[in-house]
Amino acid sequence: MENKLKALQDNAKVEISASDSMEALEKTRVKYLGKKGELTEVLRGMGSLAAEERPIIGKMANEVRETMETLLEEAKKVLKNKALEQQLASEAIDITMPGKKIEIGKKHPLTQGLDELKNIFIGMGFKVAEGPEVETVYYNFDALNAPANHPSRDISDTFYINKDVILRPQTSPVQVRVMERVKPPIRIIAPGRCFRNDTPDATHSPMFHQLEGLVVDKGITLGDLKGTLEVFAKEFLGSHTEIKFRPHYFPFTEPSAEIDASCFKCGGEGCGFCKGEGWIELLGAGMVHPNVLRNCGIDPEIYSGFAFGMGIDRLVMLKYGIDDIRLFFENDMRFLNQF
Amino acid sequence: MLVPVKWLKKYVDINMSTKELADRMTMSGSKVETVKKTGEDIEGVVVGKILKIKPHPNADKLVVVLVDIGEKTIQIVTGATNITEGDYVPVALDGGLLPGGVKINKGELRGEVSEGMLCSQEELAIPKSVIPEEMKDGIWILKEEYPLGKKIADVIDLQDEVIEFEITSNRPDCLSMIGIAREVAATIGTTLKYPSIQVKEAEDKSSDKVSVVIEDTEGCQRYVARVIEDVTIKPSPQWMQQRLAKAGVRPINNIVDITNYVMLEYGQPLHAFDIDYVEGHTIIVKRGERGQSFKTLDGVERKLKEYITMICDTKKELAIAGVMGGEESEVTSATKTILLESAYFEPEGIRLTSKQLGLRTEASSRFEKGIDPNIALIAAERACQLIKELGVGRILKGAVDVYPKPKEVEEKSLRPKKVNDLLGTNLTNEEMVQILESLEIATQDEGDVIKARIPTYRIDLNQEADFVEEIGRIYGYDNIPATMARGNIVVGRKTNGQIIEDVTKDALNAMGINEIATYSFVSPKSADKIRLPENSIKRNFITLLNPLGDETSAMRTSLLPNLLEVMARNYNRKVEGFKAFELGRIFIPRMEESSKLPHELSNLVIGIYGDEDFFTLKGIVEGLLNRLRITGYEYEVEKHHPTFHPGRCGSIVYGDHTIGVLGELHPEVLENYGLGKKCYCAELDFELLLRLTRLDTMYKPLPKYPAITRDFAVVVKEYVLVKEIEKIIFTNGEGILENYKLFDIYQGNQIKEGHKSIAYTLTYRHKERTLKDEEVNIVHDNILKEIKEKLGGTLRD
Repeated sequence: MENKLKALQDNAKVEISASDSMEALEKTRVKYLGKKGELTEVLRGMGSLAAEERPIIGKMANEVRETMETLLEEAKKVLKNKALEQQLASEAIDITMPGKKIEIGKKHPLTQGLDELKNIFIGMGFKVAEGPEVETVYYNFDALNAPANHPSRDISDTFYINKDVILRPQTSPVQVRVMERVKPPIRIIAPGRCFRNDTPDATHSPMFHQLEGLVVDKGITLGDLKGTLEVFAKEFLGSHTEIKFRPHYFPFTEPSAEIDASCFKCGGEGCGFCKGEGWIELLGAGMVHPNVLRNCGIDPEIYSGFAFGMGIDRLVMLKYGIDDIRLFFENDMRFLNQF
Repeated sequence: MLVPVKWLKKYVDINMSTKELADRMTMSGSKVETVKKTGEDIEGVVVGKILKIKPHPNADKLVVVLVDIGEKTIQIVTGATNITEGDYVPVALDGGLLPGGVKINKGELRGEVSEGMLCSQEELAIPKSVIPEEMKDGIWILKEEYPLGKKIADVIDLQDEVIEFEITSNRPDCLSMIGIAREVAATIGTTLKYPSIQVKEAEDKSSDKVSVVIEDTEGCQRYVARVIEDVTIKPSPQWMQQRLAKAGVRPINNIVDITNYVMLEYGQPLHAFDIDYVEGHTIIVKRGERGQSFKTLDGVERKLKEYITMICDTKKELAIAGVMGGEESEVTSATKTILLESAYFEPEGIRLTSKQLGLRTEASSRFEKGIDPNIALIAAERACQLIKELGVGRILKGAVDVYPKPKEVEEKSLRPKKVNDLLGTNLTNEEMVQILESLEIATQDEGDVIKARIPTYRIDLNQEADFVEEIGRIYGYDNIPATMARGNIVVGRKTNGQIIEDVTKDALNAMGINEIATYSFVSPKSADKIRLPENSIKRNFITLLNPLGDETSAMRTSLLPNLLEVMARNYNRKVEGFKAFELGRIFIPRMEESSKLPHELSNLVIGIYGDEDFFTLKGIVEGLLNRLRITGYEYEVEKHHPTFHPGRCGSIVYGDHTIGVLGELHPEVLENYGLGKKCYCAELDFELLLRLTRLDTMYKPLPKYPAITRDFAVVVKEYVLVKEIEKIIFTNGEGILENYKLFDIYQGNQIKEGHKSIAYTLTYRHKERTLKDEEVNIVHDNILKEIKEKLGGTLRD
């Protein structure tokens, strides 16, 4: 009996290792461990054994069964791995083939630039104000203290609808509209489309975009204007940016200044980008003219304020190295997809 | 304003380099545009005298010239025709160098030795625009006897630096050498030196020779006339010519040059008349007559208007006041006696005149910005002094000065505290006083206020804020500490509408659509191109009075035309796929008379072409409306929209409102824009979308119980709209229909002609329990029954 079990185990071992598929393995399992399997047969024959032999042989038979099961399990694993490997090998693809195109739309570069500017100023407590593109002469010039003979009023500069109505050449009238409506403290930016009687070329466009800012409160100083614009310039152009205030003239501010920023390409050393000057013109600004405050019903004895304005198109052109403003309005998809 | 540095130094001490001066001036408000060097790179050019001019033996167009250059006489071959024996000329010697790196070498020209070159002004880098007429195409005849052999740069002031200032329109006083010198003195802390004026006058008086009447007191507030007799007209001396040339003014003759010189020096334009042509020796300032014509000294006949101020004599017009003199009374080489005019004309009148005539001169551009009426007499005196100094005229005593209402010096006050409050500084009264005095503003410090007497040339100083600027800019903006505004904390944010705009753009971007930006104006013809009917309200354009051209002459009433232009441009440039939107305003005139401004309404257009169809566009629109959480809208078949294909267009309706329209472009519209591909566009009323959008939402629990799905296919007549089937489905859902999905539409062999098969999957689910088959069957069967009865559909197996 003992010998028979040993032989069974040896035979099973040989057959299991010879089984090269799951089916063959299953057959082998049935052959030995199935209901009519050879080991099962042997165990069935246990009844004819002497009582003292039974526990010994029984233990032995169990060991043989366990060994066979272990061998089967291991063989199964090997076969499964082999099959998986084969499957994976057959499923290999050429991953250098092109990806499926999922298109993402882009915001217009001017919108992207504007969004960046808006975020900086919103972070400094500014609200975003808007006003009409078709504007009155009063809001655009008279209320802003522009002298009656100021050249910007000329038809060679500004588009007229009639003698009282124009296409706004600046977003400053929004400031007036806000000051008329809202009591200080006021802290707004007014971005938007503007128009000027310019024939389009690489640097001129009859339509362009401006962003103006206005702060009115008690005790606002020129120093505050400097501080605000310094923060802005560092946020927008980089933390090493420095700015320079040059006195200038605008009818709606007094004192007025033009502000240059150190060139963000060369850091101020002078390069082709800044035409060797180390500085680029950034914006115009100043303390709101008391006449303008008065025109809007704000008492300049109590309140003061500052205002600033910049051309968005030019800043976006500088930022992306765009050399022709007309590209913005041609809207070639190959241009827009770059941003 | 061009300022030659050597000339500037006659009025103010400058103890620094021109570069540093330029930087300092820019930072105090006189922006320096450029600094240019003149007379650079000239070597080996000396004064020579032409001794003899002989014909060239071998060339008709050349001559051989013997030139005395002091130490020796050399031979030069030249083609010049304006030289005569005895002329003094600049001679470039063998080995000499001219600007631009031109090297002069001894050589032979047609067999004759040439040991150098006679130079023109242009060859010595004098700009063509300021070379005197008679020397434009020839050799520079020096007109004065200089030591022979001397370097040209030693006898004529060629080497200099010229600063170009940008003068802002509020500072016309800086359009003069003295004005700039005043700014320099204040900026760098030195003193301004005025020219000392002493004129040796004759016994007889100007007032005996001329009289002046100002009839147009509005157009002319002051008129000074002086008379100079025994005038010798000839070129002015080189030093004066050089200063004028560097300042950008062409030398003409001594009298004209002196008037220009004084204009550049003091900012007061002067004019000289030949008194023989002044009838009655009387100057009458009066308005011109409409329709009259007048010949200015540039030889052009000009039509006059009633508002143009004219300088006349007793019979005729002599000059257009402040703009240009007449041809007839112009100073010529034959002139013996001149009447020198130094006047103040009203700026607005000059501006209108100059604009009307399209004629802008150095004089008019100064008058129109506003000069100082109190300088007129001094400037006239200065001119007389120069005439006397050059010895080219006899100055009659005194002047005729008609100045009915002299401009007084005004006194204004400023509060030092207010100045510091606005600048954010802590300047003392003394510091402020010192700055104002440096600008020649006389002050009186009274503690709480400083009284300031405003010089009459400072037309920009009118109120306290103006002094704040003066003090700030001279103190230096750079010296003002940067601070952050104090006060209440204000919250920065976008409005709800601005946020919805952002969400809209993000949603469209996420669906692969680019944003475009086009002009707010269009061509009125665009209405035809998008086939708007004759009576369309969208043809009611707001138009520009002064457009650049027809293409940009009307404010857009729809965003479609510009979108289509962009689509056409991309199509023509062979861009294969196109998906874009624009969110912008349209301009609709208001009905009510009282309102000057039009309605500006936000609109949204989307356009696509490429591997797309109507349903791509519809999917985009639905994706957007979904993102904006707008539900409850319906589509209606739109057969009459002029821009779209009548069989492929729908409008989106929300209650009584129309959100917009979408469809395939009408073939004629495609043709009008040269589009060779099918294009699909949507035009949405963004104002309405803003009102319908709900950005807030509440969470709905995820389903806990299983769903049951049922498919069906129904055959209906071809013309039955899917919308009608779906209406039946969702109105009969009995609260357990979760959703429905169309998954197949079939027309073909297995279906009767004129019919189509439409297949749906319906999903049923109960929120609170597991559904039983039987209860689903009841609802589902009812839906099928309704479809059969209402739409005459038959079920397919």
